[in-house]
Amino acid sequence: MDEIASLLEPQIPGLRRYAWALLRDGEAADDLVQDTLERAISRWHQRRDGDLRAWLFAIQRNLFINGLRRRKAQGTHVGEGALSDVQAPDMSPETHAGLHDVLRGLDALPEEQRSILLLIGVEDLSYEQAAQVLDIPLGTVMSRLSRARARLREFMENGRSAVLRRVK
Amino acid sequence: MTGERPIGEDDLQAYVDGRLPPPRREAVKAYLSEQPATAAQVEREIALREALRARLAFKAQEPIPSRLRVANLMAARRRSSSLRPAAFAAVLAWLAIGGVLGAWGGVWWASRAQRQAEAVSVADTAIAAHRIYVSERLHPVEVPAEQEGHLVQWLSRRVGKPLTAPNLNAQGYHLIGGRLLPDGGEAAALFMYENGGGNRLTLYARSGDEAQTSFQFEERDGVSAFSWIENGLSYVVTAKVDRAQLLPIAEAIYKQFQATGDPAKGRL
Repeated sequence: MDEIASLLEPQIPGLRRYAWALLRDGEAADDLVQDTLERAISRWHQRRDGDLRAWLFAIQRNLFINGLRRRKAQGTHVGEGALSDVQAPDMSPETHAGLHDVLRGLDALPEEQRSILLLIGVEDLSYEQAAQVLDIPLGTVMSRLSRARARLREFMENGRSAVLRRVK
Repeated sequence: MTGERPIGEDDLQAYVDGRLPPPRREAVKAYLSEQPATAAQVEREIALREALRARLAFKAQEPIPSRLRVANLMAARRRSSSLRPAAFAAVLAWLAIGGVLGAWGGVWWASRAQRQAEAVSVADTAIAAHRIYVSERLHPVEVPAEQEGHLVQWLSRRVGKPLTAPNLNAQGYHLIGGRLLPDGGEAAALFMYENGGGNRLTLYARSGDEAQTSFQFEERDGVSAFSWIENGLSYVVTAKVDRAQLLPIAEAIYKQFQATGDPAKGRL
């Protein structure tokens, strides 16, 4: 048990950050992380000797996607309010405007592009780990990463009209 | 050494991430110096990568909420592990059937939730039965201990689970008999014991959940009760003694059921 805790707990800050970036809601994000940890604990002994970090992020992403499917199936509308106006209060107006826009730009991307930007650019997963989390070949990781960065850049340059806003 | 390989989008991405080995990095730099448009895009992508990291950094620095502590999650899991997977699988099975049967699944689920709520009140029911019947002078039991074999067989059949009347001679109590009781539309069994001083205790048993629980203690106006669930039976042992006196009796009963394993082997 101590072993499980000592291996899992260092991963929690990153899992919380990834969850929050996807959901943009503190409570919902921690619910997702809790589900992830519970599933990891219950399946601990089925874990192959692979990469723990990739395994955890894969569980969390799959739970997130399943949650999305469920919400879509139930027709639950995820309001714009959940996504917009997330502001860090302690920032200068100039910096603030730019960083605020980064999250706007992130929201404009489809989930698979958001995830790849977050996993590699923010969580510092290796390309191999990202391939494992997203369950795609390494070559696809690189081309998807390239597309995601180009799309984010275009959104930032041309504004939201350039890229169709997607509901999470 | 790799300088002759043409630059690809994978090189540019690894450059943005700062993950290229130095020789390849130099090759990309040389390429970008000749491609100002691409170089400007790459610079912009590096800036956006940094902006995203900076914007999200705070979340990883927050203190971890206690509900995400692994020790707490594991403790919660141990408390509910015997109940949850079976119940969950059953619900999923019902949902998978869908349609009309799905609706029945909902009914079933509701009745199950209700049963769980009732399980909480089993101790109250048992304490009430104790109060009514231990003070009964003429007819404390329906079937006396002399017909113990018949009593146990009859109550087992009505409750729907094999029961045994534990032997409490070591605790100074002997069986005087038992009776059938209604409990929320189901049958429950009550065994009554008496010690040399005329003090009576009752063991209440009814069909319960498959979950196992530890002892729960209740006390109402001087009457103490320990309840637990084991092998699909909900038990409550009740007597007008204090907690410290009742606990060894509850433990003795529990151990006897453990020792017989399948209670059916004991008597039937």
